[in-house]
Parts: sequence; C-alpha cells; structure tokens
Amino acid sequence: MRILVNGAWRETLAAELSAVLEELGYGEAVVATAVNGEFVATGVRAGTRLAEGDRVEVLAPMQGG
Amino acid sequence: MLQLYGTSLRSRLLLGTARYPSPAVLTAAVRAARVEVVTVALRRESGGERAGQGFWSIIRELGVRVLPNTAGCHSVKEAVSTAHMAREVFGTPWIKLEVIGEDDTLQPDVFGLTEAARILCADGFEVFPYTTEDLVVAERLLAVGCRVLMPWGAPIGSGRGLNNLFGLSALRAHFPDVPLIIDAGIGVPSHAARALELGFDAVLINTAVAQAGDPVQMAAAFAQAVEAGRSARLAGPIEPRDLAAPSTPVIGTAFRR
Repeated sequence: MRILVNGAWRETLAAELSAVLEELGYGEAVVATAVNGEFVATGVRAGTRLAEGDRVEVLAPMQGG
Repeated sequence: MLQLYGTSLRSRLLLGTARYPSPAVLTAAVRAARVEVVTVALRRESGGERAGQGFWSIIRELGVRVLPNTAGCHSVKEAVSTAHMAREVFGTPWIKLEVIGEDDTLQPDVFGLTEAARILCADGFEVFPYTTEDLVVAERLLAVGCRVLMPWGAPIGSGRGLNNLFGLSALRAHFPDVPLIIDAGIGVPSHAARALELGFDAVLINTAVAQAGDPVQMAAAFAQAVEAGRSARLAGPIEPRDLAAPSTPVIGTAFRR
C-alpha cells in the first residue's frame, strides 16, 4: 500500500507503524510519531495499523527558538 | 532565584538553539552565558540521514534543561499533537506553546493559543505560552492553568526590542506574581537589561545571539546585561523626571552671594 511519510509517498508492505519505521531505517532513533495528525506514542506503534493513504509524521529533536 | 513551575533557576537568560553557524558555536555560547534552559523543536526526520539524533546528543551533553516549542504550528490541533510528541521525545512536561496566527509578523493566534493551552494544561503539561502583551489574553491563559507567560517584545527575529513599553509595563504591574519571560524580538543586550529593569523575570534570546558576528561573545554580553538589569530592578531605579535636579549639593557653592 501507499502511505505518506513526512510528506513523501512510500510504498510499504508493513501493516503496522512500528514495522514501517523499521522498514524505513529509523531503528533505535529517538523519534515521535503521528498518524493523520494524531500523536501515536511509542508504546502503541506496534498495535497501530495503517491504511492506504495514511499520513505518517516522524519527528526528531531539532534546533529551535 | 527564578521559579518556573517549581524549578529553581539561577540564570534568567534562556537561549534558543537555532541559526548558529555550527554546533560547536552553539555549545560554546550556551557555556559562555551559563544558560540553564535552551529551547528546542521537532522536525521531520529522515530514516537515512537522522540529522536530529546528532543534535539531540549535543544538547544532552550540555546538561541543560530543555524547553521544547511548537514553532510553526498554525492550528490548535497541530500544536497539541506537537506538544505530545515533544513530551515523549524530550521527557519533559514543559512546552513553549506557539500557535502562529499571521506569517509576516509571526504574531500569536491568541484565540487558538488559549484553547491549546486549556487542552494541554488539563493534560498535565506545564505550558509556557508565547503571547502578546494583551492583558485579557493573559488573564485567559492564567485561568486555563498557565503559570508562566511569555509575552513578545517584538516580532520573532526582528531585533526591535521592547516594542510596546507601556503595554509590557502594564502587564508586569497587573500580574506582579506571575513569572513573565520576554520571548521574542530582543536585538541587543540593552533590550534585555531594559526588560529585567522593568521587572520581567527572564528573557529568551535566539537570533540576536546566533546571528551575531561572534555568537559566543554576544551570549556572554547578554548574560551580563540580564544580571545587570535584574540587579538594577532589585536596587530600585529612580523615577524619571522632566527637569534637572543637581546631583552636586548646592549648599556651599563658591562665588555666590
């Protein structure tokens, strides 16, 4: 299925958010996630199933004012 | 000592971490100014590049407290989701809440701001709302649970200093016991000193340090200005007057009849 990850379309075979992150190479990186604008905590990524066209955000610490 | 949500801080200078020439300069600036709180943000991370991971290890090595922001959020929903993501990543209930209403001035959308603050305070966040000097908005923010306010001095990054001295002074006088941090628009150390002289509890600086010719020296200069301003406030400044008042005693002046 196709999902939108950080604004870019991705083809994925994974069904759950945790597996998508693994597939995209995030591994142990410190990131926070949201699906369709709603925060998804680390602990529930494994149980979060994605559907065609879902918008996934993967954010990490960055410089800020 | 400055008290922010029960945390005692010696330094009244908070520093942003963006727009420095290099991570090394950022680190040196934070150390030179003996800053205890820095602001940070969340941005999209690529699984391949992982730029954020390196930045986060630099901040952790500094051993300072972080104040994550919701910069760039234009709606209540974006700001609330970003705050939740920041709480998980940074492990702090502190959130510098920005809901931007207008892109040219980066003026806060105070209606969205109060709504987002209400939701986040109810959810256990310790909210630092980036707001204007408006008294009624300040009242609302306090009513929904904010215990610190961050009024702007001038538009973010403008370096114009304290744009509305009267409004800011009124805000200070109206809420004598609420920690007030001037958040945006400070350009030079004298602006920061002025803010502290007026009784503001702290200032948050980013661009004025990061984009200075020598950010490390400028960070140290701001630290001195903040200390001077705070000392002056405690010492009790004189009231300005319209006419001269001789400082040298006039009794015993020579050549007078």
